[in-house]
Amino acid sequence: MLKEGQVRIPSGCAISGVISKSGKKINGEIIVKSIATMHDRSNGLGGGFAGYGIYPQYKDLYAFHVFYDGNQAREECERFLDRHFDIINLSKIPVRPSSKITAEPLIWRYFVNPLPTKLTDSHLDEKEFVSRSVIRINSQIDGAYVFSCGKNMGVFKAVGYPEDVGDYFRLEEYDGYAWTAHGRYPTNTPGWWGGAHPFAMLDYSIVHNGEISSYDANRRDIEMYGYKCTLQTDTEVITYIIDYLLRKQRLSLSDAASVIAAPFWSTIENMPKAQKDKLTYLRSAFPGLLITGPFSIILGFEGGLMALNDRLKLRSMVIGEKDDMVYMASEECAIRIIEPELDKLWSPRGGEPVIVTLDSYKSSK
Amino acid sequence: MAIDFLYPEYEIKRDRDKCICCRVCERQCANEAHWYDAELEMMMCDSAKCVNCHRCVSLCPTRALKIVKTDHTFKENANWTGEHIAEIYRQAGTGGVLLSSMGNPKKYPIYWDKMLINASQVTNPPIDPLREPMETKVFLGAKPGKVEFNSKGEIKNNLPPQLKLEVPIMFSAMSYGSISYNAHESLARAAKELGTFYNTGEGGLHEDFYKYGANTIVQVASGRFGVHKDYLNAGAAIEIKMGQGAKPGIGGHLPGIKVREDISRTRMIPEGSDAISPAPHHDIYSIEDLRQLVYSLKEASDYKKPVIVKIAAVHNVAAIASGIARGGADIIAIDGYRGGTGAAPTRIRDNVGIPIELALAAVDQRLREEGIRNNVSIVVGGSIRSSADVVKAIALGADAVYIATSALMALGCHLCRSCQKGNCNWGIATQRPELVRRLNPDIGYKRLVNLVTAWNHEIKEIMGGMGINSIESLRGNRLMLRGIGLTEKELSILGIKHAGE
Amino acid sequence: MKRIYVNEKWCLGCHLCEYYCAFANSGKDSMVKALKNVTINPRIRIEERGGISFAVSCRHCEEPLCTKSCITGALSVNDGVIQIDKDKCVGCYTCILTCPYGAIVPSETGAIQKCELCMNNSSGTPACVAGCPNKAIVFEEK
Repeated sequence: MLKEGQVRIPSGCAISGVISKSGKKINGEIIVKSIATMHDRSNGLGGGFAGYGIYPQYKDLYAFHVFYDGNQAREECERFLDRHFDIINLSKIPVRPSSKITAEPLIWRYFVNPLPTKLTDSHLDEKEFVSRSVIRINSQIDGAYVFSCGKNMGVFKAVGYPEDVGDYFRLEEYDGYAWTAHGRYPTNTPGWWGGAHPFAMLDYSIVHNGEISSYDANRRDIEMYGYKCTLQTDTEVITYIIDYLLRKQRLSLSDAASVIAAPFWSTIENMPKAQKDKLTYLRSAFPGLLITGPFSIILGFEGGLMALNDRLKLRSMVIGEKDDMVYMASEECAIRIIEPELDKLWSPRGGEPVIVTLDSYKSSK
Repeated sequence: MAIDFLYPEYEIKRDRDKCICCRVCERQCANEAHWYDAELEMMMCDSAKCVNCHRCVSLCPTRALKIVKTDHTFKENANWTGEHIAEIYRQAGTGGVLLSSMGNPKKYPIYWDKMLINASQVTNPPIDPLREPMETKVFLGAKPGKVEFNSKGEIKNNLPPQLKLEVPIMFSAMSYGSISYNAHESLARAAKELGTFYNTGEGGLHEDFYKYGANTIVQVASGRFGVHKDYLNAGAAIEIKMGQGAKPGIGGHLPGIKVREDISRTRMIPEGSDAISPAPHHDIYSIEDLRQLVYSLKEASDYKKPVIVKIAAVHNVAAIASGIARGGADIIAIDGYRGGTGAAPTRIRDNVGIPIELALAAVDQRLREEGIRNNVSIVVGGSIRSSADVVKAIALGADAVYIATSALMALGCHLCRSCQKGNCNWGIATQRPELVRRLNPDIGYKRLVNLVTAWNHEIKEIMGGMGINSIESLRGNRLMLRGIGLTEKELSILGIKHAGE
Repeated sequence: MKRIYVNEKWCLGCHLCEYYCAFANSGKDSMVKALKNVTINPRIRIEERGGISFAVSCRHCEEPLCTKSCITGALSVNDGVIQIDKDKCVGCYTCILTCPYGAIVPSETGAIQKCELCMNNSSGTPACVAGCPNKAIVFEEK
């Protein structure tokens, strides 16, 4: 049977996210409890989490989380890291072995900074340097897979039910201002750890429920801009699209959402002129990055979360609010279990982005 | 009288029990294949004059006529087929180059028919186009590589000129001269009603049709017939014709007999003179020369109109397209070897060029590998026969398609492939006023609108089945295609998997 | 009122209108049965000369001369349509002489015949219009 990445595997899923706008610390246990409620939406073939603000002591360093098939891959990868990065700290990621989580790879964590000389020689900006290095490791070092590489954030994922994955990675030992979680229901895979979600690139992470029908159009478009879709998953391609639109094209979150889940032309026609012109521009400029077919995603980024549905809203997604907390999930139950008394609960419309940022967040523009 | 070596390929069959001698067949046959014999009180016919255009068959009120392939035969020979033998007799008789019309009819593989389309089941819902919006609008033109912002941080509109198509189908180039005034009027009016474009071809733009400029693509070909500043600015886009699928590497020749008053004025050449388009543009002997013409035309049109470069699908098409994409073109049109023509040397038409499916796949992939696919749009033509072909073309990577043969069929063409004779009984490929009159544009344009509307409905149905609700999500979405009965090599060129994979 | 109009620009001179007319008024159920070995006598006729052709049939004039000239009252106007009562027609042919368009002709029975817009035959709607391949004959309000 072909491994993930050699074949495209569609999945159904559960997603959940939580953020404190004031930046209060949320314990990892909370998000595990939320996603566990939607147990039946996954089938034990993948679960994962992304935590933001979890590495305050290393907040200016890139935190690389890496799966290795064996020590040979690790040594090769570490040689690469040594050549290109200043490694401030490295260690195994602490886990709690369990009968429910099997076929474990070696899981390592590195806090790194690009070597200034290498960075200068590359003529790239720092983030581009890091992202290219990660793509290089993942595509060229057999048996090594960097699955998280942002600052002050980290992804934890494995093959298993999400609650077991949370327990395995001892998430109760982490506190962050925002979390996302994913339970996976692939239709056809023996499961590979790298294929679990969230999928991350730099500080962007995506949890996704859906099966996009535009996949190959999107993949072939984004691969023109230096990305390589090695996993053949929706999540991977969506992450790259977001990275491209936000980081390389410098679009705002809502404009990026208008590219990915563009309004229908008939809707655009009836908009006020300025808005109509902008949306016509965005749709015409990036036709290959429109995503169609069902999806609900939660994008995590440094300073916030964004929830987005496909424009027909073919996947469920609800948003809950309580004081400074905002909750996003496939099902209401996943919110109620961690916050029974909500101030507000609603379903965003298809294509309507829900953007929540820290009060201290300043957009790069 | 010299010996006639040839027995007619087709025979006119008349059911005498049904024939009421109304003589409509006689009156409608410009080839004079039918006549009434007053002595015998019977309709008579000469199959040797018949081109098998079905005009008489279609108009016969009692269905008394049909055309059948003759069962007269040469002694069977798998090598020396009847066709080869007949052509040798014809050339031995005339000493001339064989001429043919319309597209390559030979039994080469048709890759459209070896690709199957996907549909959603369970994991992803199909979308019902009758209930949900389904978008087939396309913008053709170069896309900006980089979003730019003004000092207020607002997005600047740096989008190069675009063509907006309500349907991903345009009418490809057919000159006024090769087809009739009424055929042109039908195409222009249909393009306007459909929100798409028709193409003047290389014969200039008749003054009556300037009013359809917003839906017109004006062509500049090697003969430069009818090209002047107002012409270049009359249309919505300018197309440089480098080649044509039916006759790559060959120019064109409109016989003087067809250059009547109107055509002479439109083409800006003397009445009765032959209009000869050279094989190359004599100012384009290389890619850098093409770039100059692209920019000359952009200068002449104030950079307000996209420039299309049309090429025939030949062996090295991917590299050529890459050069064109870097040469400033906004749109590349590729014409496959099954593309039609008003006249071409038979040997060229039947043996030169490559299938559009393979050319398209190679070009799209090559431009993506070079990261320049979004610098240009790709339009393909050369035998798009149905909405399924359109869907497959777009899934392979086209932005839109050009149709011409299908469009002519909507106007009545029966593919008799005798355009070069100028006696088109359907009023399409002729300049004889009494024949041109047979194509009433009120009927013709409506049939074109019907055809494209029907195709667009079908495209929406197929897209909905795949769970796609916008055409841009179909473009280049090769996972939606599977090959059937193709070799590894063919699959790899098409960039698709085999059915079952 | 809807009338039959012709446009010589689109007339091909194919004469099909004449045959469809003859068939519609034959009372037969097949054109072959109706017209085989028959010299037709249609109510619409193609006039042609020098490359121009067009069909001529009754215009259903608002002030018709034929009804005024009819000595027996066989011709009458009903809802704008000029109709013939063959039982009353005595075959004097005064109407044929007065019609400025030549749209009235004698029938085989001796009574006159003219276009009645196929209202009294099996077609129900003008057969010449339906049979014209090029919309040179139309039936419309103008």
